[in-house]
Amino acid sequence: MKRTLTAFSVLLVGASAASAADVIAPADVPYGEYGEVAVSLSGQPGDMEKGKVLMNRGAGNCIACHQVTALEDLPFHGDIGPSLDGVADRWEEADLRGLVANAKNYFPDTMMPGFYKYTGFIRVGDAYTGKAGIDPAEPLLTAQDIEDVVAFLMTLKDG
Amino acid sequence: MTTTKAFKLVSGIALTAALGMSPALAGPGPDEDQLVINEDIEIVTEAAAPAHMEYVDTIYSGWRFREDDTQVMQMDDFDNPAMIYVDKAIDAWNTVEGAEEKSCASCHGDPESLRGLRAELPKWNADKGEVYTAEMYVNDCRTERMGAEAWGWNGQDMRNMTALISSVSRGLPVNVAIDGPAQETWEKGKEIYYTRFGQLELSCANCHEDNYGNMIRADHLSQGQINGFPTYRLKDANIVSMHNRFRGCIRDTRAETFSVGSPEFVALELYVASRGNGLSVEGPSVRN
Repeated sequence: MKRTLTAFSVLLVGASAASAADVIAPADVPYGEYGEVAVSLSGQPGDMEKGKVLMNRGAGNCIACHQVTALEDLPFHGDIGPSLDGVADRWEEADLRGLVANAKNYFPDTMMPGFYKYTGFIRVGDAYTGKAGIDPAEPLLTAQDIEDVVAFLMTLKDG
Repeated sequence: MTTTKAFKLVSGIALTAALGMSPALAGPGPDEDQLVINEDIEIVTEAAAPAHMEYVDTIYSGWRFREDDTQVMQMDDFDNPAMIYVDKAIDAWNTVEGAEEKSCASCHGDPESLRGLRAELPKWNADKGEVYTAEMYVNDCRTERMGAEAWGWNGQDMRNMTALISSVSRGLPVNVAIDGPAQETWEKGKEIYYTRFGQLELSCANCHEDNYGNMIRADHLSQGQINGFPTYRLKDANIVSMHNRFRGCIRDTRAETFSVGSPEFVALELYVASRGNGLSVEGPSVRN
């Protein structure tokens, strides 16, 4: 039994080490001139179906502020930010990745949170507890989450 | 009585619908309903913004952003669930407590003697040399005049009493002083209002100045006015203090909040109250 557990642990550590090697840490994101990010943050392609779930749930919750016709079966889309319909016609993939990661590079006063931003906050909290958090903070979305959301956004074309 | 008022509200909605707007979706912006409490107290829910507000022309009570079934609850004290807490405060008002064997009534007589107070709060207390809220005045009375123990800022007894104090000022215009000795505290509150706190980097202004009338998910954003506090929140099934609401908002930006009763929240209360100068005192109101 013990031997099985040990073997399993080694397998887990091995797997996470392999994927972690390709992940770009929040501090190392190669933002371009306008804030665009040309390469996958996770080193992997995004999964559009997982991205679709993040649009509605968890720390993504994009439709809290953005209307998306393709997700109209989900209730209560907000209207704080622009509609995301046709967003892939208006922006390149690198822009969408950069906008999700930290839209303030494009629009300094935007209300949109930076989903791969990790430091520079005022009184950062420990999630939604109201208690003090740690700086640098864990980003709102993981590198792979962002790739998944971008993959979904890339499907939003008018044509 | 209630039926009549509900009917008036529905008539207003029918008119809105006839004009081609959708009352169910309300937004953007506040609705056109009128608030009269007990067919007697006329509440100003829309007014020209005070001169100190740079980015807003018209101020609106949060009542104007709520659904009709929530609005109706505030139109008659028999339907307003917050009035139960006001009744409890009237009992406390008349209860002798503390070493001095006094009640509130011993010095103040009827609660109506405090009519007008809520409209000016928070305000500079010259004796104490700081800006005072209703909670601070209540506790000074308890500890200094009654020889009783202070109440917790956010405790039920305190929320009840502040609801009573507000209720006797309903209909009077909010008129909070922002100059003179209160100005420094007011400036501090203003700075907090515009600071983008937490991992979501949201200020009060992001939602309640730049986006009132818009929707965040299912929430119809109001101007964040506090003339209706303490307010009965349907989701809490109790009356809620201003500072507790401030704390909830800042917590939801993924920030470390300030404490209820802290100097920061007293300053913010003064600033936000001053953004409602010209609206009527409305508390205890009903919100969702």
